[in-house]
Amino acid sequence: MSAADLVTAPPRRFHSGHSVITRVVIYGMLLFFAIIYLVPLLVMVMASLKPLSEVTGGNMFALPKSPTFAPWIRAWGEAAIGVSDTAGISGYFMNSIKMVVPAVVISTLLGALNGYVLTKWRFAGHKLVFGMMLFACFIPFQSVIIPMAVILGLLGQIGNQLTDITGFAFGFGNPTVNLVLCHVVYGLGFTTLFFRNYYEAFPTELVKAAMIDGAGFFQIFRRILLPNSTPIIIVTVIYQFTNIWNDFLFGSTFAAGDQSPITVALNNLVNTSTGVVEYNVNMAAAIIAAAPTLFVYVVAGRYFVRGLMAGAVKG
Amino acid sequence: MSVTIAPIAVAERRPRTTLRERIQEFVPKLVLAPSFLLVLIFVYGFNLWTVFLSFTNSRAFTSFTLVGLANYEKLWTWTFESDPPSSWYTAIVNIGIFGGLYIVFCLALGLTLAILLDQKIRGEGILRPIYLYPLALSFIVTGTAWKLFLDPGIGLEKAVHDFGWTSFKFDWVVNPRMMIYCVAIAGIWQTSGFVMAMFLAGLRGVDGEILKAAQIDGASSYATYRRIVIPIMRPVFLSAIIVLAHMAIKSYDLVLSVTGKNPGGAAELPSTFMYSYTFTRNQMAVGSTSAVIMLMTIAAIMVPYLYSELREKHR
Repeated sequence: MSAADLVTAPPRRFHSGHSVITRVVIYGMLLFFAIIYLVPLLVMVMASLKPLSEVTGGNMFALPKSPTFAPWIRAWGEAAIGVSDTAGISGYFMNSIKMVVPAVVISTLLGALNGYVLTKWRFAGHKLVFGMMLFACFIPFQSVIIPMAVILGLLGQIGNQLTDITGFAFGFGNPTVNLVLCHVVYGLGFTTLFFRNYYEAFPTELVKAAMIDGAGFFQIFRRILLPNSTPIIIVTVIYQFTNIWNDFLFGSTFAAGDQSPITVALNNLVNTSTGVVEYNVNMAAAIIAAAPTLFVYVVAGRYFVRGLMAGAVKG
Repeated sequence: MSVTIAPIAVAERRPRTTLRERIQEFVPKLVLAPSFLLVLIFVYGFNLWTVFLSFTNSRAFTSFTLVGLANYEKLWTWTFESDPPSSWYTAIVNIGIFGGLYIVFCLALGLTLAILLDQKIRGEGILRPIYLYPLALSFIVTGTAWKLFLDPGIGLEKAVHDFGWTSFKFDWVVNPRMMIYCVAIAGIWQTSGFVMAMFLAGLRGVDGEILKAAQIDGASSYATYRRIVIPIMRPVFLSAIIVLAHMAIKSYDLVLSVTGKNPGGAAELPSTFMYSYTFTRNQMAVGSTSAVIMLMTIAAIMVPYLYSELREKHR
């Protein structure tokens, strides 16, 4: 049983029954902590449903007296974000989707192939290669961000030249393409790790048998490994989706203004220094920014936890 | 794991040519090569590049003039410049406070929750996801929520005043000297559930026979945990501390969002120091030096850990 299965499996019953008082204390503490974990989200939701005067003048724990969806509408399509002309966070939400989908697909596919090679087609030095890819997961992005900026700047220049010559930049210098590149490169370590550990447990005899039958490298991958990889694909996709959607550092460095992903737009909206701070609009925007990953968590929590555990404890 | 085999197109058995075999041998390496090359360039190449920059006098643009250890000497002197504190001194002090609180409280909360959840309780399936959901949020969303929650004008302080305790004061989030503690609170809220999951997996992995034996010997629950369970879980503590330490060093977005873009550098961490020196103060060489120090610290934590994890798997 993997570590994550242990978390989500029902508890083993090894203790003799606690006394009533102990039970009350246990439940009391658990409930207390549950409330602490929930309160910031609840306050956020309630603030987003109140008119501004109620947020600034009322008690944050009070239910909205006159609930309104106006802050949500403003956050989605009207609020001014930084100095950008684009109103509302809807455009940035789309930027994030355009970035996340290709980045997740590419990094997951490459991770699956890498994991397949590193377990079923081993070569001398496979451990070193894997170790080097694994360490890449943990580097602080600060230590690669300056060279990345230089390289992306170069790509941008190439894009300009291409535009001069052909009228198209072919994606060179496009902020979304740049961010996809960043997230694929720095996500590869994790996706490879996930698939490698999964395929490690996959019976090699089946692969050997297929080889004897004359099946090639890709045929074995497509016909034998992939059809049995659904759980790890879900885990990897969720993990990558959550990480990339929530990224801020790359987004804020390599995509400016209208091209920013949602996290950057949210930060600009909340920390805008001009005009009245519209707390209710900020909170609505924050919930919208959190909605996709929260939704995934709610519908596929089990896989989410498995990804987390696999990213921390190998095995 | 149940394995279902998709039907393989039955290839007629023909004698394999040496050419085919030779290609077959190359394909796996060819498939892995692009990923490995990307990692080599974008991780290891870029890291070396940053190390190189830390020995130059680069300012707004990269320069090739070497200045030896001058940048390291600068940071070393700044480490002790406490009155008035240099940004680097503040960053070092803050990472100590933030990292220390973050690790200790995440461990304490995580262990407490895991032990409480492991007491044959009803409703675990509802409680556990509540402790874990903050992990699905981006640090920017978490920061936005906590900034509102702790805001003295509309958040916690005001609410407590409304409830009748008018002398209550909690203005840390707008008090430059206390801001870093608010960052720690938000960070602990976000990550402690993860540590809980790690400990819960550890607890459920403990051999039930040992616990039964302890019970028969008349050990109290407390003694069982204190003397048997927690010592068995030593490896989980190690994993958790390593994961938390590396997350603390990489924390960046949380500082910006909780403090509102880190006013006056009050909540400076090495990560924000690196960013502001590189991209706003035009002292790229100093920025890269701090990045190298971050990288070295993380490498010192992660490399031995990953090495032992990889070795253990193939004993």
